Amino acid sequence: MTLDLLIQQLVNGLIVGSFYALIALGYSMVFGVIKLLNFAHGDIYMNGAFVGLIVFSFVGIWVGNGWLGVVCALLVSMLVVGLLGVVIERFAYRPMRNAPRLSILITALGASMVLNGTALALTGGRHYAFNTDLGFAGIDISTVHITYTQMVLVAASIALMAGMQAFVSRTMYGKAMRAVSIDMGASRLMGIDVDRVIALTFFMGSALAAGGGVMAGAYYGSVHFFMGFIMGLKAFTAAVIGGIGSVPGAMLGGLLLGLLEAFGSSLPFVGSEWRDVFVFGTLILFLVFKPTGLLGRSVVERV
Amino acid sequence: MMIDEVRTMPAAGQPQLMRWSVVLPGLAALALALVLPQFANAYVTEVATTALLYVVLCLGLNIVVGYAGLLDLGYAAFFAVGAYTSGILTAEFGFNFWLTIPVAMAAACVAGIIIGAPTLRLRSDYLAIVTLGFGEIVRIIARNLDITGGASGLIGIERPEIFGFRLMQVQHFYYAFLVLALLTAFVCLSVERSRMGRAWFYVRYDEDAAAGIGINRVTAKLQAYMMGAVIASVAGCLYAAKMTAISPESFTFNQSLLILLGVVLGGMGRIPGVVLGAILVALLPEVLRGAGTYRPLVTAVALLAIMLFRPNGLWPDKRV
Repeated sequence: MTLDLLIQQLVNGLIVGSFYALIALGYSMVFGVIKLLNFAHGDIYMNGAFVGLIVFSFVGIWVGNGWLGVVCALLVSMLVVGLLGVVIERFAYRPMRNAPRLSILITALGASMVLNGTALALTGGRHYAFNTDLGFAGIDISTVHITYTQMVLVAASIALMAGMQAFVSRTMYGKAMRAVSIDMGASRLMGIDVDRVIALTFFMGSALAAGGGVMAGAYYGSVHFFMGFIMGLKAFTAAVIGGIGSVPGAMLGGLLLGLLEAFGSSLPFVGSEWRDVFVFGTLILFLVFKPTGLLGRSVVERV
Repeated sequence: MMIDEVRTMPAAGQPQLMRWSVVLPGLAALALALVLPQFANAYVTEVATTALLYVVLCLGLNIVVGYAGLLDLGYAAFFAVGAYTSGILTAEFGFNFWLTIPVAMAAACVAGIIIGAPTLRLRSDYLAIVTLGFGEIVRIIARNLDITGGASGLIGIERPEIFGFRLMQVQHFYYAFLVLALLTAFVCLSVERSRMGRAWFYVRYDEDAAAGIGINRVTAKLQAYMMGAVIASVAGCLYAAKMTAISPESFTFNQSLLILLGVVLGGMGRIPGVVLGAILVALLPEVLRGAGTYRPLVTAVALLAIMLFRPNGLWPDKRV
């Protein structure tokens, strides 16, 4: 592997990895607080991309298809889809909170399918173009061209994740979240409004996924109803690699998975059509040898 | 061990096999199923054959989901393993169809161990998402290998022969699937009442208590998972023989979802409920023929509504 290819794959890996990290973070936060694998998370990412595209095409009339439009789309989509996450929690997950584990999982699956089915019904399964006008200016490292867009995307996702980490570790609500994730009953006795904390967690996790969705849509230039399915699986893999329930773990896992995928699929005997198989192979290896992930605590079942 | 003495737990209960209220409608349904192809046209027989296929698959998944309480989202993968093993062996290597069934069962067992052994030690949520990934892996492998015929699939799978009689028409496969469905139901009934079946119920209701009375949780879950895998692979063999051509698109995530819907719709863990759910799922595409892209949404809303408003299914288990 030449140096150029190495740098190129490093850049690709970092970009894909920061998308994975954003989505894994939401996965991990929700899991940490209510111990539920939110299957709908990948679909929330997809909905975020669609809401972003709708906002973008309205706003674009006034502010153009440049950065301002993308930022508007990002913020509005994060807000709207964050609220959607709260609604899903309120109507699908809250009534099931004391139900058997299997019922909760199937409900989560149902919520995911409803979001996905709605998107399919509304778009008819078409690919929609996300035509941005961000330019291709950038810097050159040997023969590899890195655009400013790519740098901004990576920086923006790192900023979002750092903000989240600060929120969870420094604020009162962050402390409440950590308390609920350790012991929901005891937190309630200490006067924490558990329902509100859970709603807030869903809001933040969904907003992060939506942010990832808008960025991915703007970066790849295309939005599709099925884009969340594989993304949800990979975000889960990233969360497991980093250690599920851990905020820094999700970021680390996302970036590692992105790099692993970029370098893995450029190996001569792997090839890009085997990329997903490679990712799930990694997931299974991690579950066999290090199920707690790199930065996580024990996850062996004790219901 | 002690398992035999704790039969009073409602979940294990007494089998309903011998109750007249169950036996009579069951016999009537069986009689109807036996004579159906004699007066129904080819279309009805075709739909009924699909329904029987779903009955087999849903009963198999019910062992995993209903009995052991594990969520398997990639069940179609085992169906694919069976169909492709049988298809490749007959079409490429000229095997006799009946000999491919044990090979397919062994292949499903190996696949079940690879996926189940590492994940079943962890939280049950992990199994759900790993099986989801596994379902995709199997589809991607089938699409990218030469021996599986790639994206266009495998063609020219030979029709099976039994005592010199070759299964050709829809009716023949209808009866073949009926036999398989009855066989599966029989296996489910016997396993439900066995020591293994009771162990599953205990694990499903309280893992720690189950471990406390000497049940190996991981072994019990793995047994359920592999038994489900084997049933799906046998259904896959017969499916490949019926279709004579299979492609990766028959084994998508949606297929796994439909099978799961069948189990959940009728009532998890109970054979009559699961059979009802399977038949409803098989009729769904016929009913929703005009719905087009709205079809997945209808399926999704059905699943969510069942879970929220009738979590024990349309025909629930009265024992619990």
